[in-house]
Amino acid sequence: MEQYAIEMLHITKKFPGIIANDDITLQLKKGEIHALLGENGAGKSTLMSVLFGLYQLEEGEIRKDGQTVTIHDPNDANALGIGMVHQHFKLVECFSVLDNIILGAETTRGGFLQKAEARKKVMALSEQYGLSVDPDAIIEDITVGMQQRTEILKMLYRDNEILIFDEPTAVLTPQEIQELMTIMKNLAAEGKSILFITHKLAEIMQVADRCTVLRKGKYIGTVDIKDSTPESLSAMMVGRDVNFVVEKAPVELGDVVLDVQHMTVASKHHKNNAVNDVSFQVRRGEIVCIAGIDGNGQTELVYGLSGLEPLKGGKITMNGVDITHLPIRKRLTNGMSHIPEDRHKHGLVLDYTLEDNIVLQRYFEPEFTSPMGFLKRKNIRSYAERLIEQYDVRSGQGPITKARSMSGGNQQKAIIAREIDKNPELLIAVQPTRGLDVGAIEYIHKQLVAQRDAGKGVLLVSLELDEVMNVSDRILVLYEGEIVGEFDPKQVSVEELGLYMAGSKRKEAQDRAN
Amino acid sequence: MQTDRKRESLLRNSGVQTIIGSLLCIAIGLLIGYVVLLIINPAGAGGAIAAILKNYFYYPSHVAVLKYLGTTLVKASALLVCSLSVLFAWKVGLFNIGVAGQYVIGAGASLYCALGLGLPWYVCLIAAMVCAALVGGISGALKAYFNVNEVISCIMLNWIGLYAVNMLLNTVKEQSTPYTKSLASANSSALLPNVGLDKIFSNNEYVTIGIIFAVLAAIIVWVLLDRTKFGFELKATGLNKHAARYCGMREKRNIILAMMISGALAGLGAAVLFLCGIEQWMVQMTSIPAMGFNGIAAAFLGGSHPIGAIFSSYFIQHITSGGSYVDKAMYSAQISDLISAFIIYLCGFVFFFKGWLGRLLDKRDEKRAAAQEKGGKAQ
Repeated sequence: MEQYAIEMLHITKKFPGIIANDDITLQLKKGEIHALLGENGAGKSTLMSVLFGLYQLEEGEIRKDGQTVTIHDPNDANALGIGMVHQHFKLVECFSVLDNIILGAETTRGGFLQKAEARKKVMALSEQYGLSVDPDAIIEDITVGMQQRTEILKMLYRDNEILIFDEPTAVLTPQEIQELMTIMKNLAAEGKSILFITHKLAEIMQVADRCTVLRKGKYIGTVDIKDSTPESLSAMMVGRDVNFVVEKAPVELGDVVLDVQHMTVASKHHKNNAVNDVSFQVRRGEIVCIAGIDGNGQTELVYGLSGLEPLKGGKITMNGVDITHLPIRKRLTNGMSHIPEDRHKHGLVLDYTLEDNIVLQRYFEPEFTSPMGFLKRKNIRSYAERLIEQYDVRSGQGPITKARSMSGGNQQKAIIAREIDKNPELLIAVQPTRGLDVGAIEYIHKQLVAQRDAGKGVLLVSLELDEVMNVSDRILVLYEGEIVGEFDPKQVSVEELGLYMAGSKRKEAQDRAN
Repeated sequence: MQTDRKRESLLRNSGVQTIIGSLLCIAIGLLIGYVVLLIINPAGAGGAIAAILKNYFYYPSHVAVLKYLGTTLVKASALLVCSLSVLFAWKVGLFNIGVAGQYVIGAGASLYCALGLGLPWYVCLIAAMVCAALVGGISGALKAYFNVNEVISCIMLNWIGLYAVNMLLNTVKEQSTPYTKSLASANSSALLPNVGLDKIFSNNEYVTIGIIFAVLAAIIVWVLLDRTKFGFELKATGLNKHAARYCGMREKRNIILAMMISGALAGLGAAVLFLCGIEQWMVQMTSIPAMGFNGIAAAFLGGSHPIGAIFSSYFIQHITSGGSYVDKAMYSAQISDLISAFIIYLCGFVFFFKGWLGRLLDKRDEKRAAAQEKGGKAQ
């Protein structure tokens, strides 16, 4: 009989109006890396929350080493040796690595901390698994990759045998991802059992032994990776074949639509400028992509362009008009569309209906407001209905659905419909596919390419390297608020880009000019 | 089954939920009041609660009932405009606790214009609205430009307003009493016109055009918030100021304007009460009049809807007035205020009950779905 570290058998978990997990079985062998694959809303997080004791299962059972167990809360999970690296790290920023590792599991003698003992254990673990962390470094000073290793050490320090990684690569550079893969293999070789939640097929192909696929809360199957291909996995995940390569015609460059000269934006977090002396152009008929690791000035760059933050210096010209000092509304009515980074903060008024959100950029136009200032509700409704139909925005009650109750993908579709239907000259799209499933990503990429083919300028800000490589016509790498390289996606490798994104290489301005 | 569905969807309706929530609050408030009366003096509790609810129906004569109904309506109309002030700011995401202070400013401005400057009623009324709007605008500007919490700045302005008004009105008070001079004798042109309404209410001279103004204000606020571009912007700013800014609305201007309009409404509330001559200002006042604060309760009891506010304001004024008919031999004079305070306090729980009702329905749906599934499996 096979030895399973943990078994989740026929798990069912319901929420009002939705069955999040419907008869799902997941068996994790000792010492294997088991991937859990599914689109957003497939039920991965719910299943892991059940395992971690955050939700109680309604039907089914959990077995550890063949014995039925009940897990009421994360403490129970911890006692069973289950540990988790969350997507958003749970670290105290101003504490040292060591303090964070022992936090909640401190060794004390007579009420006093025994840090020397803890340090010995941490160093031994760090060496054993090749984690190489500095125990005295302060969390806020170290890289995201190092922070993640701290989280891994937290689990190891608690002698956890079953390690759950929740989308661990989303925040890492390509180099850091490779290092993490090596660490995961080491952990498995040392007898730890790993559950690896992700929707990136390449990573599964690289490290996982087996993979369980969920779709819409249902169990689709468990396969051996050595018998699978990325195509077969994605077909299982989505339920149909997905086209990974974005189809594009060759670029037909037009006039300059956006011209940014020496743009500088102050930072709210530190004394240095968030965006420092950045110059670039976007022409009609091309998709220019700003690549970089999160927090290198992308947000502030877009805020500067859209007018949400004032510039400290520099000049922005759109379609030949100096917009440096124009208010936000003027920029938007002069042909700028902006798909914002944070759809809940900026993109939508969540408690407004879908139709009100759809006219959010146009409600003041004569089509929707009478000269007396009264809203033309009928026109708003028919306009919303047209966009909902055309862009296939799905919701419970159509135009009168509250935006809050819609799924993330459909919220994003509504924003994209609104911004594209304005018929912009320049479309700024910031992480337009963040948190969306494969089907929605495919759709959004097609829309971006359609805008480019219609002769608009598209500025795409993305953290996803696949997206950067597939969609863009030109790549600008932003590192610490400066453009450190410009590339043609056909002539650069992902590894090469990664070195620029991590700041270990940069092209000087003179090089780029040539 | 069919009627069941219909009833369910009716229960799901937000307006219906608000009404149920409001009625529940009133019932619980009355119950708590009754229990307190029982503890103090069990003999008179039932009678006292009945007196509060009966209010002017205490009088046997038809004429007197109509007359005191008129008086309740006059005070309720002032309360209504105050509650509109609160709910207007609320829709823009601001908690205008300064409604009480703006009301005081409105009273001071209207009375000084009437008694000190001898101006006619319409000028006094406009002066009250403008001055109160300016005070509201201060809190709005502090919020918009310096992110000063409007609750803090409003509370402080309330006290500044009270003592400033006391000082100002000290110049127009009667010689022998701490009250301002009566409008009827000092400047009758400052009295709001009766437009024949007094006749309906047994010649109650205090029933004036003010009541019409109050109801009109409710309708205007409703239309403004619900049907206009301006209301669309204000509500968007209130619900998500980041999104409002992102799509180019001037969110700072909207915040200031909302507080100014809210202030103007509070000022109007004071004007409709003081310019009908029913009350005189007591210049030694050391506490802020309850009218503004009751406006907060009325706004919430009315489900923060302008039309709901018409009914909730009337109800709150009804029980507040009714309190004065409680038997003073059995209970101390403060008991009436205490009981109405209980009910008003409970009014704040409307949204709590509304949420609770929603959750109750959700749970029932879930159970029913589960039961149906089981039935299906058995087959």
